Amino acid sequence: MGLEMFEAFSPWNVLPWLVVLACCEASSGVNTSSNSSALQTPNAWFAASSSDPDERISVFELDYDYVQIPYEVTLWILLASLAKIGFHLYHRLPHLMPESCLLILVGALVGSIIFGTHHQSPPVMDSSIYFLYLLPPIVLESGYFMPTRPFFENIGSILWWGGLGALINAFGIGLSLYFICQIKAFGLSDMHLLQNLLFGSLISAVDPVAVLAVFEEARVNEQLYMMIFGEALLNDGISVVLYNILIAFTKMHKFEDIEPVDILAGCARFIIVGCGGVFFGIIFGFISAFITRFTQNISAIEPLIVFMFSYLSYLAAETLYLSGILAITACAVTMKKYVEENVSQTSYTTIKYFMKMLSSVSETLIFIFMGVSTIGKNHEWNWAFICFTLVFCQIWRAISVFVLFYVSNQFRTFPFSIKDQFIIFYSGVRGAGSFSLAFLLPLSLFPRKKLFVTATLVVIYFTVFFQGITIGPLVRYLDVRKTNKKESINEELHIRLMDHLKAGIEDVCGQWSHYQIRDKFKKFDHQYLRKILIRKNLPKSSIVSLYKKLEMKQAIEMVETGILTSAAFSARVQGTKRLSPEDVESMRDILTHNMYQVRQRNLSYNKYNLKPQTSEKQAKEILIRRQNTLRESMRKGHSLPWGKQAGTKNIRYLSFPYSNPQTARRDLRAAESTGNWMRLISVFLQRIWVPGSIAQDPC
Amino acid sequence: MGSRASSLLRDEELEEIKKETGFSHSQITRLYSRFTSLDKGENGTLSREDFQRIPELAINPLGDRIINAFFSEGEDQVNFRGFMRTLAHFRPIEDNEKSKDVNGPEPLNSRSNKLHFAFRLYDLDKDDKISRDELLQVLRMMVGVNISDEQLGSIADRTIQEADQDGDSAISFTEFVKVLEKVDVEQKMSIRFLH
Repeated sequence: MGLEMFEAFSPWNVLPWLVVLACCEASSGVNTSSNSSALQTPNAWFAASSSDPDERISVFELDYDYVQIPYEVTLWILLASLAKIGFHLYHRLPHLMPESCLLILVGALVGSIIFGTHHQSPPVMDSSIYFLYLLPPIVLESGYFMPTRPFFENIGSILWWGGLGALINAFGIGLSLYFICQIKAFGLSDMHLLQNLLFGSLISAVDPVAVLAVFEEARVNEQLYMMIFGEALLNDGISVVLYNILIAFTKMHKFEDIEPVDILAGCARFIIVGCGGVFFGIIFGFISAFITRFTQNISAIEPLIVFMFSYLSYLAAETLYLSGILAITACAVTMKKYVEENVSQTSYTTIKYFMKMLSSVSETLIFIFMGVSTIGKNHEWNWAFICFTLVFCQIWRAISVFVLFYVSNQFRTFPFSIKDQFIIFYSGVRGAGSFSLAFLLPLSLFPRKKLFVTATLVVIYFTVFFQGITIGPLVRYLDVRKTNKKESINEELHIRLMDHLKAGIEDVCGQWSHYQIRDKFKKFDHQYLRKILIRKNLPKSSIVSLYKKLEMKQAIEMVETGILTSAAFSARVQGTKRLSPEDVESMRDILTHNMYQVRQRNLSYNKYNLKPQTSEKQAKEILIRRQNTLRESMRKGHSLPWGKQAGTKNIRYLSFPYSNPQTARRDLRAAESTGNWMRLISVFLQRIWVPGSIAQDPC
Repeated sequence: MGSRASSLLRDEELEEIKKETGFSHSQITRLYSRFTSLDKGENGTLSREDFQRIPELAINPLGDRIINAFFSEGEDQVNFRGFMRTLAHFRPIEDNEKSKDVNGPEPLNSRSNKLHFAFRLYDLDKDDKISRDELLQVLRMMVGVNISDEQLGSIADRTIQEADQDGDSAISFTEFVKVLEKVDVEQKMSIRFLH
């Protein structure tokens, strides 16, 4: 109760600040209008005071125009951040609605304030600013955080669904709206086909990742996750490419003169733009990976290299009218694998956080601007157009999902169920991309631009709020229906054991790919690419770099907590007592929530936040445990007769009760050869583990 | 790589493995190239270190026990036949095999043998019973550090209580099989081996 009150306070207590600001703005508006003539000279404020000869040099001046734009932009971002803090304070809220809802509300709030004070909002959004500064960080972030292995395993389905789906949606919505426009009763007949197609292309840009956080805990399977992610990745690129091509068409001579040759040229251009962009991105990715090979001594510029090269790939592609979005995405994907191994730990963290921050700032600005333009006088409302837009968006998305997945299911080894397809259909939430494209339509070519903007806003609001809020319960309902059967504790435990066993045996047998190409690429990668792009003297696998990234502090922490709780260990309860169903239930819950996840199920992505990876924590615990085992059994080997099982007190930290110290020593040596500083941890652990005794150094 | 591998694997050996494990010709060849790529010492056998070099196994909670399952009692090296014999447990059960050969030896990938493999992961001292201690050990490995020892102890007790039918406070193999009778073991313990 108190928490809710508290949470209600934090967004509200900025309001007084805003009111003050608004008053300042209003009064400065009055000031500037009276001094507008005097502002031409550089020393404006001198002139202001000198225009009235009796006025002394004022001690305190207010010059708001000088800082207006950065000031307001900063204030917007700060306001959104405060709102996010408030949003996350009430911990259940992020699971109820996507964060985009919050951003839109903040934008609407700012918009209403600006509207109410008749203030001129700063020109944050025009075409060049959007395409050059606001869009690249968003795309870079989604490309960088994409999990590569599942992406490439499913790349056929992703390209099929993402590419074709966007095209089907764009043309479908555009064409259907065109037919609606032909009906004279709606007063829309002045909108010709190209305009409708353009509208279709921009309204089909979905942002499904925004809703991922809402059903994250519903244990979405990996393939579904990748579909959604992959679609989001490709979607922006494709809709922008389509948008540009259609604008080029519109700018051409009169649209009646469009011949089939032009249409073919358009298609060819689409393909070239797409593939060219990807090609550029890959090249820049390799160059930047190569350069990070040499930055050991100046690790402070490593993030700079990463960001500048990605941005450069975007700009270079845009220069040639290729798709910058696909370029920057390809650059991020290519670069990530090699850069992550080359850069230092702090650079790695910096890159991740900075990327999140930049994309979050961009998106916030776009959403706020969306709110600002919602509350204003520049709308045109036409019931028919808007309602039909909404309807067609849903219908065409449903058609594209079910038809395309039906076809691709024939070729997949793990077909998508109807439930999965429904989730994909329902996650078609529009986002900032559509609004930006609508807002940037040139008014000269689109006399009814306001109608488009209004329609886009309605679709965005509807999908984000309605679909965003209801998708959570829907997914949980669909999920719960399947797993309603209660498993006994035995079954839970043994099933998890078998899952781990199966994952382990699969790893022994080697990576399982469904495509020979991927095997060949991996071989090529190992033989050539890694030699060129990765620093020498680096361990060659990701798990070993995980060893490196193990923080010593956490290792110590873990050992300390282990000691504290094992000290409190009481004698075990003899005999079994009948447990009530609630006890059993709680026991089962404890078990389910605390058992380590099997390798595959660890995908989790949050668009707005960087949570520490649970898989890393899990891996660290397991690694520390194995080291302890080896240490422990070696120590025991010297002081106890062989073959004796490890006592119950030390069970916590044993993974395998070695009976033979020789084997333990050999295994320890193998494990330790992976990292010299792992020895430091082991020595440390041993000192703590055996307080007071002289630890025999095994090696 | 493929041709070198099959020249080192004699045809009669291949036939024997095929008969014993039920893998196809191409599957065996593929797994042989995997075997040789793991075998850094190039002496035709794998040691425990070779397995530990597999990174994903290092962060598998049951990694050490899975590795141990490949080695027979007291042995330190496993040859290709032993390797295949262990992997054979994970071959999917094909429909045409189910009603074959009732008189011959049970195939390695039968449901019972799969369950026996999982049972052996618990039962290290090979007394055909999962004692409370053995269960606790595995539980501890599979669970994070947040669970206290008492909670884990009571979970272990409950597990044994549910499964135990002959009152010896341990889970025998028959009891283990009974508990898992509703579980689709064939699917859970089968890997799709590529052809």
